[in-house]
This record gives sequence, structure tokens and C-alpha cells, in this order.
Amino acid sequence: MTNLDAAVLKPLLFSLADDEVVIGHRNAEWTGHGPLLEADIAFSSMAQDELGHAQAYYALLHELGEPEPDRLAFLRSASAFRCAQLVELPRGDWAFSLIRQCLYDAAEGERLAALARSRFTPLAQAARKFAGEEKYHWLHARTWVEQLGRADDGRGRLQQALEQVYPYALGLFEPAEAEAELVALGVKPAEAELEQAWRERLTPVLAAAGLTLPAAAPIYGGRRGQHTPHLAALLNDMQLVFRSDPEAVW
Amino acid sequence: MKARAALTPEQVLAALDDVKDPEIPVLSIVEMGLVARVEVDAGVVRVWLTPTFAGCPAVSVMQADAERRLRDLGAVEAVVALTYDPPWNSNRISPDGRRKLRDFGLAPPPRHAGLGDVVSLLVAECPFCGSSDTRLESAFGPTLCRALYYCHACRQAFEQFKPL
Repeated sequence: MTNLDAAVLKPLLFSLADDEVVIGHRNAEWTGHGPLLEADIAFSSMAQDELGHAQAYYALLHELGEPEPDRLAFLRSASAFRCAQLVELPRGDWAFSLIRQCLYDAAEGERLAALARSRFTPLAQAARKFAGEEKYHWLHARTWVEQLGRADDGRGRLQQALEQVYPYALGLFEPAEAEAELVALGVKPAEAELEQAWRERLTPVLAAAGLTLPAAAPIYGGRRGQHTPHLAALLNDMQLVFRSDPEAVW
Repeated sequence: MKARAALTPEQVLAALDDVKDPEIPVLSIVEMGLVARVEVDAGVVRVWLTPTFAGCPAVSVMQADAERRLRDLGAVEAVVALTYDPPWNSNRISPDGRRKLRDFGLAPPPRHAGLGDVVSLLVAECPFCGSSDTRLESAFGPTLCRALYYCHACRQAFEQFKPL
């Protein structure tokens, strides 16, 4: 389907791309710092997958008339980013990053499964592709959460991280700009529907680890360009080299 | 002098068989099942590659190598683009490709029906001794497309090309 209005699609594509590029950058911060070699490699690999997905979403935006992917990632300021605040939070300790990744992967798994049926065909094709890769991220999250949940120390740290991160994770489901129109056009499912599927996917995994989902109100704003100061700091690091010479050929 | 006669899709595929994956240099992009579509219009050749993993850093290298090879073949114009239609899956690796992976010391991915469940990741046959008495150590390895295993029979670590 190609007769969809680009103006309606763009905020959605920016939210998908920006979530991925920012969490990808955060996960790359574990490269060389993981508690185990395998943990280090896992976060580094997931970062690589996420940056690949971001690049593909930015390429779709480029086809809709936006600048090239590198310029979208490296030349926009924080207020132009449409990522949820969840992904911009500093990496914290490993329990924090693991729980964030678990909540994020569960959401992405449900989102991609639904977007695979999007009436915006290029997005549906990308979602089908990425869903195959994401199943390994979910396997990673599930395995580690279940293992760490078996000991009091691990379970305590995970529960503490869960309490911190949960309101931000709910922010992943902040309704998109033009939400009603996008849903009516069959481009995406309703966020409320995704949130419900996410909860159903997460609950048994967390329960098996002895963790409980806290009750909390969502922290919204990211999809409208409202961010914590952490995003500007992250972008400063991430964009520094590119901004020093945007026309350089690598 | 290079031929400027119209190329056939068969000639194009044969030429692409010379283009290797820089991360697994024993395998060609044809054996990997990366070639999704070939269109030849007189001397203009268009090829679409379907990447194994979206974040694979070798893709742009293979694109450039393929374009160079097609120009060497005599294409007036060669464009190698990417597509996710169809999405690559590990069943696309050819029988020759699977054999070459094993000879390279990488267990080929188990065949699956459909997208495959992560359960298929738990099954790996040691490429060194052939034993199935193996254990998944990590779903992530030295490249996005490889997972790490340990073989209890010959007590060696090995890698498997991930089922996707």
C-alpha cells in the first residue's frame, strides 16, 4: 500500500527508529564492561541488531522524503527524538539494564508481531524480518531473569530495578501522534492492545523468577519530544564525531 | 575485450557465486541464499539481496563486491539493492553451503518449518565429532549469525550458524 500519507507515517517511524537507536547505544555501553564475557557479547550483539533496525526504519523515512539515515541519527537534537524515556535512562547496574531489556524486548516482540500485518507494506516486511532476530533477544532476557531470580540477591536487585523502570516501560505505549488514524488505516495496532499483550507475555516470566509487576502510573512524553536530561547527554556522546564533520566520507 | 552482448540471469547467478561473505569466506552469497531476485534488461543488471541479519556489517561489503563482479562480467550498469521480501531464513542456505559451513567448523543451522522457534537453537550437532550431546552456551557469538556451544563428547567449544 503506497497511497498512505507520509505526514501520518513519519512520527510512527521516528518513534520506532529512535527507540532502537537509543537503546542500541545504551546497550553498546556494555561492550567491554559486561559481568561475564557472554553477557558482554550478548548486549553488544543486541546493540548491533537494534542499530541495524534503526537504520532500516530511518531508510524508510528517507524514502518518504526525510534526510539520509546517518543525518537523521546524528544531526537531530533531543527535542526532535520520539523515543520513549525508558530507552534513554543511563544503563545503571547490570540488573537494571537486564530488566529494562526484558521489558523492552517483550514490548518489541508484541509490536513486531502486530506490525507484520501492517497495511504499510515496507513496514510489514521490515517487522517480519526483525521478528526473527528479536526472538533471540527475548530468549536472552527470559533465560537470565529466570536464572537470577533463583537466588535472593539476584531476585532482590531485579525487583528493585523493576520498580524503578516500570513506569517508564509503560511509556513505550504512549499513543502515537495520529494514533486513531493510523489504527483506522490498519498501519498499526492500538497501543492499549499492545500493552495488554505485553503484560500477558511478561507476567509468567516474571512470576517464574519470583518477581511481581508493580502498580504504577505511566510516564509519558517521549513520543511528543519530552525527554529526561539523559537523552541530551547521550546524544552529545553519540553525535559528537559525526557533527564534527557531517560531510566526511568514511 | 569484455562481452557487451545481453547477459542472461544464469550468467549473473554464476558470477554472483564468486562473491563471498567476508565473515564466512568459504561461502558465496548464492550458497547463503542471499540473492532474492535478479533482473536483466540488456546490459543493465539489477539484483536484490535479502540480508541474514539487518545489522550485519558485511552486507554493504557484499553489495559493493557484487556490483564490481557484475561490471567485470560486462554489465553496462549493475545495481545491487537490499530487500526484506522475502525475509532471509536459514533454510535458504544451499546443500553445498551447509557442507561448506561444516567443513569450515561451523555447525549448519537445523532446518525448520516456518520462522522456527528458539527451541531449534537448543539442537546442535558438533561439526568436529558429529555428536548431538551438546549444550548451548550463548545465543550470541562472534558475529550476529552465530551461537556458541560446547560438545560434551569431544569437549570442544564450537559455533553454530543460528537458525532464523
